Amino acid sequence: MSDTPTDTETAGRRTFFTKIAAVAAGGLATLAPLAAGVWMTLDPLRKRAGTAGFLPVTDAATLPDNGMPRQFPVIADRVDAWTGFTAEPIGAVYLRREKGSDSIEALSATCPHAGCFVELDARDRCFRCPCHNSVFTLDGGIVSPSPSPRPMDSLECRVDAKGGVEVKWENYYSGIAEKVPRS
Amino acid sequence: MSSPDASRGRGILGQLADFLDDRTGYRGLLAEALYERVPGGARWRYVWGSTLVFAFITQVITGLVLWSSYSASGQTAWESVYYIQHEMAGGWLVRGIHHFMAQAMVVLLALHLMQVVIDGAYRAPREVNFWLGLVLMTLVLGMALTGYLLPWDQKGYWATRVATNLAGLVPFAGPAIQQLVVGGSDYGHHTLTRFFALHAGFLPATLVLFLVVHLTLFRKHGLCAKQPITKPDGMFWPDQLLKDTVAMLAVMAVVLGVILLPAMRAMLEGRPIDPGELGAELGAPADPAQPYAAARPEWYFLFLFQFLKVFEGWGASGEFFGAIVVPGLVMAIMFLMPIIGRWKLGHRFNIAFTLAILAGAGLLTAMALNEDYAALWSDRAAYADVEKLIEETGNDPAAIATALDHDEGKIADFHRRARALEKIRRSEAFLAAVQQAKQDAHRAVELAGRPERIPPGGALELVRADPESQGPRLFAQHCGSCHAHVDPDDPGAEAVFAKSSAANLFGFGSAAWMRGLLDPAQVAGPAYFGNTAHAEGDMVNFVTEDLTDRDEWSEADIDAVVAAMAAGAMTHAAAVSPPDAKLVERGRELVADEARCGGCHHFGDNETELGYAPDLAGWGGREWLVGIIADPIHERFYGESNDRMPSFGVAEEGAMPAMSDEEIGLVADWLRGDWYRPATGK
Repeated sequence: MSDTPTDTETAGRRTFFTKIAAVAAGGLATLAPLAAGVWMTLDPLRKRAGTAGFLPVTDAATLPDNGMPRQFPVIADRVDAWTGFTAEPIGAVYLRREKGSDSIEALSATCPHAGCFVELDARDRCFRCPCHNSVFTLDGGIVSPSPSPRPMDSLECRVDAKGGVEVKWENYYSGIAEKVPRS
Repeated sequence: MSSPDASRGRGILGQLADFLDDRTGYRGLLAEALYERVPGGARWRYVWGSTLVFAFITQVITGLVLWSSYSASGQTAWESVYYIQHEMAGGWLVRGIHHFMAQAMVVLLALHLMQVVIDGAYRAPREVNFWLGLVLMTLVLGMALTGYLLPWDQKGYWATRVATNLAGLVPFAGPAIQQLVVGGSDYGHHTLTRFFALHAGFLPATLVLFLVVHLTLFRKHGLCAKQPITKPDGMFWPDQLLKDTVAMLAVMAVVLGVILLPAMRAMLEGRPIDPGELGAELGAPADPAQPYAAARPEWYFLFLFQFLKVFEGWGASGEFFGAIVVPGLVMAIMFLMPIIGRWKLGHRFNIAFTLAILAGAGLLTAMALNEDYAALWSDRAAYADVEKLIEETGNDPAAIATALDHDEGKIADFHRRARALEKIRRSEAFLAAVQQAKQDAHRAVELAGRPERIPPGGALELVRADPESQGPRLFAQHCGSCHAHVDPDDPGAEAVFAKSSAANLFGFGSAAWMRGLLDPAQVAGPAYFGNTAHAEGDMVNFVTEDLTDRDEWSEADIDAVVAAMAAGAMTHAAAVSPPDAKLVERGRELVADEARCGGCHHFGDNETELGYAPDLAGWGGREWLVGIIADPIHERFYGESNDRMPSFGVAEEGAMPAMSDEEIGLVADWLRGDWYRPATGK
């Protein structure tokens, strides 16, 4: 069965508006859940890694002044969405003291190349990343040729009056030449 | 269309079929689906598309079942997968099929792609369908990538961290993409919930959508037959479908074979079979603070992993180039294939390109495997001279040149062999890491299976509080630079003792350890006081002089003292085979006797004052060990005669001690062998 057009011009105009209206109504109706969904999906962009500030890591007395780094866990309270953790290991640092020096250097154990865990090779006196074979000197410098675009990330470090070593823990973007903090 | 006449005289089923067909037209649809003409007859080379559909259906079935038992959160993901794998009936089989079918799918994708390109099936009018196929391939790879993280074990965690870090390299939007995928600035609950939503929701739903269009277009254009056509045409049903289903069966057989082969081997060797060990692996629970040197992507992504190593020395542009630019270019060329293929030469280029990419990926995979497993087929002993020279010179180039008489040829040869040695050592480190990972995984499963079950805080809590796995790490970190921990019967033990500067603590508190201490031949040796300030101390004197005087100390007396000390310490060894009670009683009297041990040591009810020699009351017990680790200069222990041992548990007011109470407790428990052991000896 088909309609017989009586006034094609009016019918044509009416059909055109009907089409527009149908598309608009349907589109708007779908847009609501879509927009709400996108809004919620983008939520993580609001989250910023709160800087934990200086965290106590160890006692300066435990650090030999032989230039050989030692690994320490970084402990802090941590929040993961709805779960709160108290005193959880959130990362690891290498601390070292040069011969006869009082100042302590701190290096993040996270590889600046792709984020693996850099290991200390005491025998060869260097750091090695087990993932893509980046090698670093004991002070974190690059050993060329290296897949890593930059030296190991040094962290701010201070010793308080009682001899406690504190490190300012920070995560950096990996794979780029600049040291850009994530926070 | 059926007429009432046609159904006359037919059974009830026939009539029902007629009714359904009248209302739905299903016969027409079925005929359309089944009676597709296959130009030149059915062929094996056409089966790949169907096997992929079959693989996907397998993943949907097993995936839905896994979903019904999986819980995506930081404290429940590993735990629920553990439960599926090790406790649920058939869980290991469903998970195994899902795991290995995913790998089969990647292989089938490569075969399907190769067949399409070689047959030129991307050419007009099938360009759009080729592009749809590439989209489907990306979706499948995306599902493989997201699925790897879901068990939340060390392997998936560390491999995926690398993958999401690489996503951060995408120009402009990289950091935002990374943050969106990870669900925040750090890994956690929302990384899992998002990966799971991608893996089980968004990606498969999109895939179904594209698959429907892909199949519709395939039917619209018909099968792209292999030219020249020499045989008569066939029909999809049943000619081609038989070949397809046989291929599906073969794929399933391979997947089941991979899962069940270890079980068959065990059966042949008469070993008991633990179904939890069959099928897909489950590593130890993800721990951001625990390095994982065995981190590798799944084997089909190994070529990309290896590819990143190619760009050594490129600096920041290397990783960007290797992870973003080159893969992007390859995908771009593949998308252009239908256009390039319009020319005969272009088609040849496409074939050569596809084969080159697959060969390149294969080569990179082989290189990656070769690097990781080189130690298995290399002879490190052949490089003993190189190793020795490196050790002697401290790897100083000038010193090495001098040692080699500045001979250019010798130096070049040395460096070549040093690099080869380096590769072997790296591989050894990797293999050791894999071994460690297996051990940790096994232990985590053992702990999760305790009768007390997993605490609400998750399995990581169990692992972190486990002396068996944490003890060796803490010992190596805090104690191992002075103390050895080696079974004296080990072949390499002497060498380890020679390097240590304090007593060997293997079996501390046990009868064997005490017997060694009271042995005049050992007490001043490197396994006891030899390398310490006590090497010429009163205890050494006592053991070498008084104890050897058989008029004063009979063999039986010494046995009694050993038994009494071991019984007091009550380490795991003593708990398993308790010393003779009478001997212990006699020993306790001897130790307390102020004319014997009690002359220096406080013990039992003797009145010897603390401060001269360690208190033997509770010697080797948990409380005693925790005390001496925390503060050896306490009068109960070495007091002022303490040799270089730091006070690990004591710090000035407000400062942080070198070890927490928990850590000291873990080391003490580990030294004593006090840790959970499954009752059945699994």
